[in-house]
Amino acid sequence: MAALRILVPVKRVIDYAVKPRVNKAQTAIETSGVKHSMNPFDELSIEESVRIREKKSYPHGVDEIIAFSIGPPKSVDTLRTAMAMGADRSIFVETKEGEEVEPLAVGKVIRELVKREGINLVVCGKQSIDDDAGQTGQIVAGLMGWGAATQASKVSFGEKGVEVEKEVDGGTETVRSQLPMVITTDLRLNEPRYASLPNIMKAKKKKIDKISAEELGVSLERRLKTLKVIEPPPRQGGGKVDDVDGMIAKLKELGAI
Amino acid sequence: MASIAKILRPAVQRATSTARPAVRPARPSRIYQHARPLSATSRRRNDTVDISDIPPTPITHLSEIEAAMADSVSKFANDVIAPKVREMDEKEAMDPSIVEQLFEQGLMGVEIPEEYGGAGMNFTAAIVGIEELARVDPSVSVMVDVHNTLVNTAIIKYASTELKKKWLPKLATNTVGSFCLSEPISGSDAFALATKATKTDSGYKISGSKMWITNSMEADFFIVFANLDHSKGYKGITAFIVEKGTKGFSIAKKEKKLGIKASSTCVLNFDDVEIPKENLLGKEGDGYKYAIGLLNEGRIGIAAQMTGLALGAFENAAKYVWNDRKQFGQLVGDFQGMQHQIAQSYTDIAAARALVFNAARKKEAGENFVQDAAMAKLYASQVAQRVSGLAIEWMGGMGFVREGIAEKMWRDSKIGAIYEGTSNIQLTTIAKLLKSQYTS
Ligand SMILES: Cc1cc2nc3c(=O)[nH]c(=O)nc-3n(C[C@H](O)[C@H](O)[C@H](O)COP(=O)(O)OP(=O)(O)OC[C@H]3O[C@@H](n4cnc5c(N)ncnc54)[C@H](O)[C@@H]3O)c2cc1C
Repeated sequence: MAALRILVPVKRVIDYAVKPRVNKAQTAIETSGVKHSMNPFDELSIEESVRIREKKSYPHGVDEIIAFSIGPPKSVDTLRTAMAMGADRSIFVETKEGEEVEPLAVGKVIRELVKREGINLVVCGKQSIDDDAGQTGQIVAGLMGWGAATQASKVSFGEKGVEVEKEVDGGTETVRSQLPMVITTDLRLNEPRYASLPNIMKAKKKKIDKISAEELGVSLERRLKTLKVIEPPPRQGGGKVDDVDGMIAKLKELGAI
Repeated sequence: MASIAKILRPAVQRATSTARPAVRPARPSRIYQHARPLSATSRRRNDTVDISDIPPTPITHLSEIEAAMADSVSKFANDVIAPKVREMDEKEAMDPSIVEQLFEQGLMGVEIPEEYGGAGMNFTAAIVGIEELARVDPSVSVMVDVHNTLVNTAIIKYASTELKKKWLPKLATNTVGSFCLSEPISGSDAFALATKATKTDSGYKISGSKMWITNSMEADFFIVFANLDHSKGYKGITAFIVEKGTKGFSIAKKEKKLGIKASSTCVLNFDDVEIPKENLLGKEGDGYKYAIGLLNEGRIGIAAQMTGLALGAFENAAKYVWNDRKQFGQLVGDFQGMQHQIAQSYTDIAAARALVFNAARKKEAGENFVQDAAMAKLYASQVAQRVSGLAIEWMGGMGFVREGIAEKMWRDSKIGAIYEGTSNIQLTTIAKLLKSQYTS
């Protein structure tokens, strides 16, 4: 059995603590001058990959952890963060500022990289918090014909294969699969580390290989056109009722029962 | 250090020998790498660099590494330190797990070269870290500040190779340091210190006492200034290394303070403390030079602690008045009387930060920065006190209670005008340098 060659796709998104705002033209979310950071689920993916290496949980070891990003030039910062957390090197497909790539195109790019790099495990976030599409991991698995264990809250390697506890409604579901495979990560999987200062310095020396989608033979052309982006309507203040009778009366009044 | 020198030195040389086009490329951080971080770590020899050909960049601009550091430290401070701030303040004690994690994050060895187990970063990176920590807790910030800018720097700059080999790896990974200059009889007049050192067969004997020593409770490593020959006046002052647990060394009293309560401040007694001759730091009689040099740059750290504090206090209050509190049917932050104060305060903070980062960059470029550091510390401490005080008022009663951070930030701000040279002493320094410039 071969050692793991892990690919971790990461995305630069508006920081989770920032309230996103729609631009005046209602065509997109305002991104300029807004704090960005690594998609939180991707932090979990990097952390899990690094832990698999550190804890030697896969009997044949981890050969390489490669971070990958497709996005505008600033995504380099996100790749540096991934490498400061422990990824060995990075691959970067640069797009123009403001150019959104759809999950299928991302999936195809990843497919090509998986082939080129001899990847046998893709660990990615279950979704990115900007457009919440939640498709990339599954698409990669589909394109490759691999198994996909989604929303992982625990990953372990046994004699019979890779066991993944998945977050499902009201509990967990445990699945087993063989490598190669895709795992998508969920919040309870681990607590991502903070990049330590010495590791930030080390990351500076790690390699980022740039490659274009054309070189990989993938078209980034969009199939969806964004017609309009609007903010959710402001929450209507709720009313308070004193007791159960009050609630029933209110529900009747609203015609709900 | 070797590595950052490798990255930066050729770049700096290139930038200085060939005029680079002053165009801002798509990735400003790139040109910055070539242009700005004239890293102190790559040049310890006081040589100035000709920066006349380097395209100027905004003073707020950070290198890629500094920005990554700010990010990581900010996250760490908010996730790990913030939940403990109030409790540590009430208990007047630093949580040991925080000290441990500061070491793990590499925050206690920012400028210590990589070959000694540090991060090997530049001076401004340390300033960035101190500021980010102070946004959340000025007590944790000063611990990191004293340890890095005074203690580590003293060893990096002045210690023998043997001492460096022995102590830098520890200072980077598990040993907190203290800087012991002030005494009961000598504060502003630091060089009037009375602690005495005498030569013995095997080394030195130190007797006397120190006061106001930050990090005393946590530290195992003390840099102690004592006079080896009082007849020579300040030219007898010499720096020594004393380890905790050495016979005759004791912590006499832990001060109860107005602010930065989680940072320990103690009186130390030296009762004929015998140390081996290897524990001499640098040269006999040069201690006063080291103290001046260290405090000149250390001051930039305190200034950064104060701008961080001001930012933290400001943000805390701004969020409250613009999101939470409504009176007369609107958010209180929407009253013009409030907005003008908020705008003025942020302008003050931005001005103070410009002074701080300019002083740091001048130091890294090997330029004379003494006046800049004094102005930065003076002004940053004034702004910190003013803004944190106003922030309480903006929050009304909610700013006055011992919950959240508003009232604590104001108490903490007071120290900025006192340690590493009081405001009067900064003004004296600034005036002295101005006078020499304008005297014909
Ligand atoms: C919390 C805390 C932590 C500290 N940490 C350390 C530490 O780690 N290591 C260390 O060595 N020291 C430390 N200090 C000491 C600190 O540096 C001194 O408190 C400071 O230098 C002022 O000295 P002083 O308190 O004796 O005040 P004084 O010198 O007595 O000053 C009293 C007043 O007189 C004014 N004054 C004095 N001389 C002049 C003058 N020539 N012209 C005009 N006005 C003047 C001062 O500005 C001040 O307003 C710490 C102090 C505190 C409070």
